[in-house]
Amino acid sequence: MSKAPKPRVKSPKTAAKGDVVTIKTTISHQMESGLRKGKDGKLIPRQIINKFEALFNGKQIMSATLYPSISANPYIDFDMKVEEAGEFEFKWFDDNGEVYTKKAKMQLEG
Amino acid sequence: MMMTKTKKPIALAVGMLLGLSVATAQATDDMSLHISPQSQPAPEGLEDYAHGDARSGYIYATEETRTLQDDDFENPAFLWVEKAQEQWSTPEGDANKSCQSCHGDVESMKGVGAVYPKFDPEIGDLLNLEKRINRCRSEGMQATPWKWESDELLGMTSLVKMQSRGMPVNVSIDGPAKEYFEKGMKFYNTRVGQMDLACKHCHIDQNGNYMRAELLSQGQANGFPTYRLKWQKLGSLHRRFRGCNNNIRAEKLANGSPEYMALELYVTWRGNGLPIEAPSVRK
Repeated sequence: MSKAPKPRVKSPKTAAKGDVVTIKTTISHQMESGLRKGKDGKLIPRQIINKFEALFNGKQIMSATLYPSISANPYIDFDMKVEEAGEFEFKWFDDNGEVYTKKAKMQLEG
Repeated sequence: MMMTKTKKPIALAVGMLLGLSVATAQATDDMSLHISPQSQPAPEGLEDYAHGDARSGYIYATEETRTLQDDDFENPAFLWVEKAQEQWSTPEGDANKSCQSCHGDVESMKGVGAVYPKFDPEIGDLLNLEKRINRCRSEGMQATPWKWESDELLGMTSLVKMQSRGMPVNVSIDGPAKEYFEKGMKFYNTRVGQMDLACKHCHIDQNGNYMRAELLSQGQANGFPTYRLKWQKLGSLHRRFRGCNNNIRAEKLANGSPEYMALELYVTWRGNGLPIEAPSVRK
């Protein structure tokens, strides 16, 4: 099945030192709240992305805890001040224990 | 159209035959029968989303929803489109072909989305983009066709239609397509369901008015498949038809049914000249 969550990230490939850049992220995920009932009348078990984490060169730069009221395909963006070149790593933690990751590189201008 | 009393029966019969074609010719000339006349020009900055009296659903959407659609990253539909992009070059089926094997890069699909639904002389029936893609799968690739409302089909339809983004909708209702057009027009104007409403009562007569909290749009098809915030996923035009029919307490017809195919042609034709927006975002 193609139901496997697919992350998407938009981060600058190059930036100048001191710049404030916006990083946009999203992931395809049904964010099942655990409050809905299926056709059989039974509750559909909760399955959401419960945590999001962004790292830069291995150091955490942003993290967020997500709750069941957040809509499907959660979109998160944040700003970062550029100090050095390096690699982003984004992690989405699923209720089922899986972790989806995506990496992106950024270079310094000039 | 009234016949004059002096006509002989045979002339009358001929007149009736002619009358039929005259009536349709008039019907397509007088757009007020199909789209409610707009007294105001399109809002400033949104002129591109209007053509004559036709107004895209984009104009009726809130600014926040438009912002989502304007940025290809923020538009959640692109999660599906990106998957379809990978699917485009993935061989499948007994023929071991991918879309790319025959069509090359997906950019070659430019303009295709603007002219569907279209009559296909090979099979002698009306095809929309979903059916056309599935025909490619079953005939060309010898793979299993995708289910109508599946993520794969929605994604691929969006990807193909997206290549024509900004181009004007330009479906043909001439020749063999005319029969379908008339059937669709009839459906559009026929009262159905417990509430005894036809499509036109909301989308022509009450266009621009509020139905409780809902601002009634013209029901244009140029943005489909659309990411509807209510659905939290991409959805096809036929899903929207089913939703409408359900809301007026009428029988929901099957996706891809002959009635909905004809309706799709008529509804798309009403928006001839509007820009293709697929995949759009609506509330």
